[in-house]
Amino acid sequence: MPQRTIVEAINNALAEEMESDPLVMLLGLDVGRLGGVFRTTTGLVERFGAERVVDTPLAEASIIGASLGLALAGMVPVAEIQFLGFTAQGFHQIGPQLGKFRQRSRGRYHCQVTIRAPFGGGIRSPEFHSDAVEAQFVQTPGIKIVMPSNPYDAKGLLLEAIRDPDPVLFCEPDRLYRSGRAEVPDGAYTVPFGKAAVVREGEHITLVAWSAAVELCLRAADKLAEEGVSATVVDLRTLVPLDIETLCNQVAKTGRCVIVHEAPLSAGFGAEVSATLMEQIFYDLDAPVARVGAFDVPFPAASLEDYYLPSLDRVVAAVRKTLQS
Amino acid sequence: MTAGPFALSKNKDVQERHSVLQADGTIATGAQPRMEEEFLLEALRWMMKSRLYDTRVISLQRQGQFGVFSPGMGQEASIVGSAMALDPTRDWIVPQYRELMATVHHGLPLEIITAQYLGKIGPARIPDGVRVLPTQVSIAAQLPQATGLAWGLRLRGEDAVVMAYIGEGGSSEGDFHEALNLAGVTKSPIVFFLQNNQWAISTSRRVQSATASFAFRAAGYGFPGVQVDGNDVMAVYDVAVAAVERARKGEGPTLIESVTYRMSFHNTTDNPSRYEDPKEHEEARTRDPIERVQKYLTGLGLWDKKREAALTEELTQENEAALQLAFAAPAPVPADVFANVYDHPPQRVVQQEAELLDGRRD
Repeated sequence: MPQRTIVEAINNALAEEMESDPLVMLLGLDVGRLGGVFRTTTGLVERFGAERVVDTPLAEASIIGASLGLALAGMVPVAEIQFLGFTAQGFHQIGPQLGKFRQRSRGRYHCQVTIRAPFGGGIRSPEFHSDAVEAQFVQTPGIKIVMPSNPYDAKGLLLEAIRDPDPVLFCEPDRLYRSGRAEVPDGAYTVPFGKAAVVREGEHITLVAWSAAVELCLRAADKLAEEGVSATVVDLRTLVPLDIETLCNQVAKTGRCVIVHEAPLSAGFGAEVSATLMEQIFYDLDAPVARVGAFDVPFPAASLEDYYLPSLDRVVAAVRKTLQS
Repeated sequence: MTAGPFALSKNKDVQERHSVLQADGTIATGAQPRMEEEFLLEALRWMMKSRLYDTRVISLQRQGQFGVFSPGMGQEASIVGSAMALDPTRDWIVPQYRELMATVHHGLPLEIITAQYLGKIGPARIPDGVRVLPTQVSIAAQLPQATGLAWGLRLRGEDAVVMAYIGEGGSSEGDFHEALNLAGVTKSPIVFFLQNNQWAISTSRRVQSATASFAFRAAGYGFPGVQVDGNDVMAVYDVAVAAVERARKGEGPTLIESVTYRMSFHNTTDNPSRYEDPKEHEEARTRDPIERVQKYLTGLGLWDKKREAALTEELTQENEAALQLAFAAPAPVPADVFANVYDHPPQRVVQQEAELLDGRRD
């Protein structure tokens, strides 16, 4: 079976879907000749032409707003916003517009739009490039929020996103884009939304994460194993919809939980996960649910990002503390 | 004045204000309007229908029987003249919220848009086949969407033009500029119809922009901008037809600044006496878009008080019938809170719906 990085898996998914569905088109900054700033769309303009792989003006609100309109015309747009933090300049076209359009039109129109956006720290990006703002969109209902952590899921979740009649924000972990290869089959397959993955099974504690933080949790689990601690790692894969059942079952099994995310701690999606656990399985918990996030300050200069982001040490420390209580 | 009907200039970025039917009901010297008398009578009918509807629903709103409403009073020539340039069987209207009668002219039943103002849900759904998007209260957000729609229709091989509405206030929004820029680059088949009614709630046109004409803005995006007397239905129609034809031929967008005046108020919560100079209002009254058509047709022997009374009666009945249908349409039910948000709703949303409805079913 072919081995692919996340970049290659996304490129492969886009190419295959454009091949099979002539209505699928890509638009965004530099997605054409350059192949995107991370090269996820390499070779696609040569293969499918400039009408279907469109370099747009530098204007996020119109990239997203036009995608909505393209969808109303029957196209299946996949928009790329160069970095998730840049959605700020098009925020109103995502939450308030895409998220509400179907309801506002009383179901007459739906918006089959996928917005792809790389995000996260760890690659020494300039300012505003690394912001993990996924939780902001949880507060704008109507949008599905997808956070793949590995090459196989990246392809399967992206195909599910493109085919979903509902709008999807697809956040790509840029730190992991080329960090390793994994088996990614040729041909179409989908990974359903709202199905968390149990990527490692253990007995003593359950680590819950999404996107690049899953990789951090796996490293933490390796380190903890050296100390005789066996950890389950749950990859939520999608924040909306949230797989409450798998989350609760996997935490109830170990009775202890640490949630890890790259977004600032306060009102990050970890708060939602923690509250859900309290509501659903309070009596199965042996210790308070802990969270490890970025600090509640703006993302600092790249030279400081290692201090700001959740680190291996902070995750391991949170696990040790949770195990002691 | 050039010979022949109005044409968009090939040589100028911005054209001077086009005028045909002057405020006193006479035709401007040398003007050759496209609208013939029969068609002008139809335009008058739609403009009167709009004025009568506004008058009636303002009265209903004052009695607590109608939602917040933004009338089109004073702007009927802009609203009707622009819509009459479109073919409802293939073209699309992307409204802001002050173009109600344009959408009705385009095939949206009056009782359906009325039901929306009454808070109805299912009965306010735009019927399949009616090429109209929902009204948009988030100012200018509709414009990038309209550009995308026009672009997409061309990609689909459809012979369609999109007419997107905006006000002069909305042209200060970033979305306006992003949408026009993208439309210029993609050469999308779209007409941006900017109604300059001089007011954005209480904010005067003078405060809104230092530009001498909002039509100038088109030059920055590489397509023509043209000003028209927005109280002159014959001129609005001329300009709109030229812009629609240009779009249909694949020549790209046009920005039309239709210079008019908001003769009522922003919406039923507004009170213009706090900020509007009464003299300015009185002066605008002398340029009424409906009266000038009636004067002109009177001169041709096609209009008189008797006909006006008869048509007023007929249109009042029509409007009343639509209002009755809208009032009689089913009221919303709690499940409508969840209706049509998602095609595949998340499990938690399904549970929340069950929670809301639990015990509420009769």
